[in-house]
Amino acid sequence: MNHIALPFTVFMLEILRFVGGVGLLTRDVARELFTGKFYWKLVVEQIYQIGMRSLPLIVITAVSIGMVMSLQFGMGLEKFGGKLYVPKLLAVTILREMGPVFTSLMLAARVGAGIASEIGSMVVTQQVDAIRALGTSPIKKIVIPRVLGALITLPILVSMANIVGNLGGLVVGAVELNLDPNYYFLKVMTTSTIEDYLSGFGKTFFFALFIAIPSCYFGLSVKEGTKEVGIATTKAVVVSSILIVIGDFFLSKLFWIFEKMI
Amino acid sequence: MSVQKGVIEVQDFHKSFGAKKVHQGVSFYVRKGECLGLIGGSGTGKSVLLRSLVGLEKPDRGEILINGVDITPMNETALIEIRKKVAYVFQGGALFDSMTVFENLAYPLREHFQFTEKEIAYKIAEQLQEFGLEGNEKLLPGSLSGGMQKRVGLARAMMMHPEVVLYDEPTAGLDPYNTKRIQESILTLKSKGVTSILVTHDMPTVYAVCDKVALLQHGRISEQYTIEKLKQEPPGAMSQFINGESA
Repeated sequence: MNHIALPFTVFMLEILRFVGGVGLLTRDVARELFTGKFYWKLVVEQIYQIGMRSLPLIVITAVSIGMVMSLQFGMGLEKFGGKLYVPKLLAVTILREMGPVFTSLMLAARVGAGIASEIGSMVVTQQVDAIRALGTSPIKKIVIPRVLGALITLPILVSMANIVGNLGGLVVGAVELNLDPNYYFLKVMTTSTIEDYLSGFGKTFFFALFIAIPSCYFGLSVKEGTKEVGIATTKAVVVSSILIVIGDFFLSKLFWIFEKMI
Repeated sequence: MSVQKGVIEVQDFHKSFGAKKVHQGVSFYVRKGECLGLIGGSGTGKSVLLRSLVGLEKPDRGEILINGVDITPMNETALIEIRKKVAYVFQGGALFDSMTVFENLAYPLREHFQFTEKEIAYKIAEQLQEFGLEGNEKLLPGSLSGGMQKRVGLARAMMMHPEVVLYDEPTAGLDPYNTKRIQESILTLKSKGVTSILVTHDMPTVYAVCDKVALLQHGRISEQYTIEKLKQEPPGAMSQFINGESA
């Protein structure tokens, strides 16, 4: 029995430590965001690092997903004469789920890993200690710029992914499914609603926090040695991805309730 | 109310890591302008003690007084004022690797003062000259030698003209030339009345720059002598440690 109970206890303690640590870090970010000096330059730098440098990856992913889904929907619905529903189905799926979730997962992999390894390396080389010893705050200098960078760029990236994903679907719809591009475009524009867009868009702010805060937390949790940096990087990607996937369900449910209320 | 003995006073300092009790009642003080050499075997907690003096570590018990003010209950915000007065020189320099030497030196000035960029450039040029680093301002830390990185770290720590400087093995791994340059820098600061603590294993540097030496052993300061007294090789744990007869 012990060989099951012990790892389970360790796992639960690890989760509790993570929840507590992330909670404290979030509190510090919220507190320091509105007090003292604000580093605009560092935020702009992070917007470039997180947003601009992720753009090619996001565009390629979104186009591919749009194309594949258009093809799959088209092949599936053709049997029932429902090929004409591809634009609507694809637009709603991309706007509500695929755009935000896939973009966030891609960002978690690229940016989450980058944040955790960069901060972890700074801890190992005592740069984080140096920030503190020089009378400045690592939360202000390191964490807040990354959190704001993710909060600003992810919604923009998702909006772009929505557009290029639908464009990918349109191309396949026209080339492979013989749908008129004008019809496809018109159908997307008339059948997808602002609720579809906002439902996906609203999630991105939560997903940005799910990526940036745990990644910073794991980076700052590194004690010593490059091995721990690698472990922190892996944990950041895994935990961010899990939070996005699980969070997506609850956020979808929440937005669905809101939509029903409105 | 106790009388203030020194600029730095440590009283009954206790610190444990898990079950390992590293410090079990360390007490000492350093007067203004004095340099204390802190020696001891590896793993005796010299660096942890030094880090605690600037609030980078919190003791489990005890007091750390800087100019008579106990810093142990202070939070990070309150510690900012202390850290402007107490500089910490890291073993490896701890330079910001994404910034040039110039930007590293400008960092404390931009954070805590309202200088113009012209004034900052002037102050940095002066500092680079003082530490023999002129011509390197545009280089990134990665392209500097270990000795130069340490000197830049020292120069950066001095940008705010601190009252106290804490050196964590400043000469470790350096060649005799760079060791001498670091010793000269420490002596220059000492001549300006800067109080300092030097954690090191490098005994020639201790003899060159320190006024007194304390041995950290078994979680306590087991012996403490002035340099003059130490040169007479008093029998005891410190002489044994220096002569390599005990850890």
